[in-house]
Amino acid sequence: MSAPAESPTEDAVRAEVRAWLAANWSPDLGLLEWRNQLIDSGWGAPHWPKDWYGRELPLALVSVVEEEFQRIGAVGVPKGGIRTLAAATLLAHGSDMQKQKFLRRILTGEDIWCQLFSEPGSGSDLAGALTRAEFKGNHWVVNGQKVWTTSAHKAHWGLLLARTDSDVPKHKGLSYFILDMRQPGVAVQPLRQMNGHASFNQVFFTDAMVPPEMLVSEVGTGWAVATTTLMHERRGADALRAWGAGSTRPGRIYDEERAEIATVMEPYKWYPQRVGRVEWVIERAKAMGRDHDPVVRQEIAKLLTLSKSAEWTARRARAAQELGRPQGPEGSLGKLVSSHVARAAARVHTLIAGAEAMLAGADGPVDGKIAEIFVSTPSASIAGGTDEIQRNIIAERVLGMPKEPRTDTDRPFRDVPKNVVG
Amino acid sequence: MRFSFTPEQEAFRAGLRRLLEQRAPTTEARRLMETEAGWERESWRRLNQELGLTAVHIPEAYGGQGFGFVELAIVLEEMGRALLCAPYFASTALAATAILNAGTEADKQRLLPGIAAGDTIATLAFTEPNGRWDTGGVEATATRDGDGFRLDGVKSFVLDGHTADLIVVLARRPGTTGDAGLSLFAVAGDAPGLTRRALGVLDPTRKQARLELRNVAARLIGTEGAAAAPLAKTLSQAAACLANEMVGGAERLREDALAYAKLRMQFGRPIASFQSMKHKQADMLVEVELAKSAAYHAAAAADEDDAELPAFASLAKACASDTYMQTAIHAIQVHGGIGFTWDNDTQLWFKRAKSSEVLLGDATYHRELMMRAWIDGPSGGEGAPR
Repeated sequence: MSAPAESPTEDAVRAEVRAWLAANWSPDLGLLEWRNQLIDSGWGAPHWPKDWYGRELPLALVSVVEEEFQRIGAVGVPKGGIRTLAAATLLAHGSDMQKQKFLRRILTGEDIWCQLFSEPGSGSDLAGALTRAEFKGNHWVVNGQKVWTTSAHKAHWGLLLARTDSDVPKHKGLSYFILDMRQPGVAVQPLRQMNGHASFNQVFFTDAMVPPEMLVSEVGTGWAVATTTLMHERRGADALRAWGAGSTRPGRIYDEERAEIATVMEPYKWYPQRVGRVEWVIERAKAMGRDHDPVVRQEIAKLLTLSKSAEWTARRARAAQELGRPQGPEGSLGKLVSSHVARAAARVHTLIAGAEAMLAGADGPVDGKIAEIFVSTPSASIAGGTDEIQRNIIAERVLGMPKEPRTDTDRPFRDVPKNVVG
Repeated sequence: MRFSFTPEQEAFRAGLRRLLEQRAPTTEARRLMETEAGWERESWRRLNQELGLTAVHIPEAYGGQGFGFVELAIVLEEMGRALLCAPYFASTALAATAILNAGTEADKQRLLPGIAAGDTIATLAFTEPNGRWDTGGVEATATRDGDGFRLDGVKSFVLDGHTADLIVVLARRPGTTGDAGLSLFAVAGDAPGLTRRALGVLDPTRKQARLELRNVAARLIGTEGAAAAPLAKTLSQAAACLANEMVGGAERLREDALAYAKLRMQFGRPIASFQSMKHKQADMLVEVELAKSAAYHAAAAADEDDAELPAFASLAKACASDTYMQTAIHAIQVHGGIGFTWDNDTQLWFKRAKSSEVLLGDATYHRELMMRAWIDGPSGGEGAPR
């Protein structure tokens, strides 16, 4: 990315995007037709480089653009899904050919992407990936297994982290590829979770093919590229939540966007239960006649103390950020705290339910939602970095505690003890 | 704003922290805690005068600085961090606040300037030997005697009660119960008929006293029989204040334990490199930051006279009670054997943590108060979180 020129003022940006929208936006356009116009104008991805459909606006001004879109209900580019991680990764590390081939179709929403990182044998330790890519003849041949892959069954393309060299230390033997998901060597099976939903997949590679030009960056740099993808994952989750609400306006383009959002959000439909539904607790206690039970009252108060203080801690972090102050420790705690809240909420909801805590589905309290909270909250302390990994990160990066001596990084990956997995 | 401090407030905190580091090291706390008084008039006067601490939240009309509860909370957080031995919580946070809430204009003119200047050390005597934190526990009586009143009864757990110059006493009209018939009275520390005895205390850095009142002459503060509401407000504000003092102590314990873990070598490496230590430290950080958020939020609610203050203050006190004690337990454990010695300072905060956990009502008590506001409240839990 070239160094941005002096950035325009907020007023200038607002006036310019407003004028462009006034001249071009119409809810009667088809979604693809509109997005193609939007992408050519640079207003679809205003923080992207000018060479690649953007305007190099600082992030602070992107929200001004978004406000103008929201003000008149103009549809934007898709803001959720792995495709946004793919775009961020390719912008940072992709070749011009890769950017040319993929970026535009990421913005139009035509291509669906998935992320092929986690494996049965490497969850917290992603750099321990065993899936291997070998260069044979004139292409890469991939064999192995990935897991927890959202949207793999619909995806056109996968972001693949694979081992290309086992004779060097683990982080140095990884490479990053773009893999065509629609080929005979790729088999996708849904992965059913303990809550009964199947939001993720297992992906099996048997001599799957990757052409050489689909290597991202260079052989052996896969870990650095994957780190870029992971850095954008949390930000992506926030954007997804905002976008997922969708518009309620009538019209063809909104119908098309709603269908697109429904597809992206489908795997996440149980997520409100995963965070514990704290907002239901008092209402539920009253409905069950447990609101005068002193033990129940204590447990509700403990939960509300935790959830309110967590909320206020997040507000402190945001306030510091908005004031441009250096981030204090309060900004690094959110993931760990939210899993504490989820776990506590599941306990309180089932306490309030009494004997009905044994029931699920249509017979269960709140049409089975209480049972769904109970069987969904365990993922809060595992997915996206376990509580244990979060504590290590807090201890090492925030509190400056020394790393534990490692036994897996100073020797060829071949010699590192590994899981036995089928 | 409830989620950040202004640059002026941050500068005030930094200046106060430096001052307390210089003038109130733990060697000073150890010296003062061995005395019966627990604090020293002359050294406290000098320290107080540097920043006008006793005047912080008292309006300028009564000789104060006219700041609010957020500034008072900053002072208390820093004092809790330093473990300062001074009659500040008793005189400024409790007694001055009670007079501000309950007193007539004339009462405030008469009583507050001395407290603001730090010349008068005051305290609030509301609890009795039954140890109840609500008005139902008040048995002391006030009988009218000409223009004044005569007080009879026993007060206990009175902070700095044996050294205070002015004691604000809660008593009731004979024959009343509960919130009815309660009044606040000003009693001189040396009043005839008042017997004061320093109690043996768990936390020697904050002394308590038992006061026996036999036909003690007293002057009414505010309206006779109408003290229940201003007292309730005072106790909410005081709970918010105490929560802030407590998170200051908790954060100091956390930081000291972290520093020690980085220095202490076992098995050829700093114990801070072991995951069991890291996870404990991460948990301590989470708990302390959450308790700070709740305490700051409560102080801001007190400042804004938010109708939700009772719930927010109780939430903050419950959170600080659990967190301070748990952090102190962790801190002793991180220090290992040395943490159990008298010479290691961790024990000083460990005792303050327990004493503060109980003072003004423990976590269980305050959680029940929260639920009264959010489940049973007149609004039917209108203000409850959702």
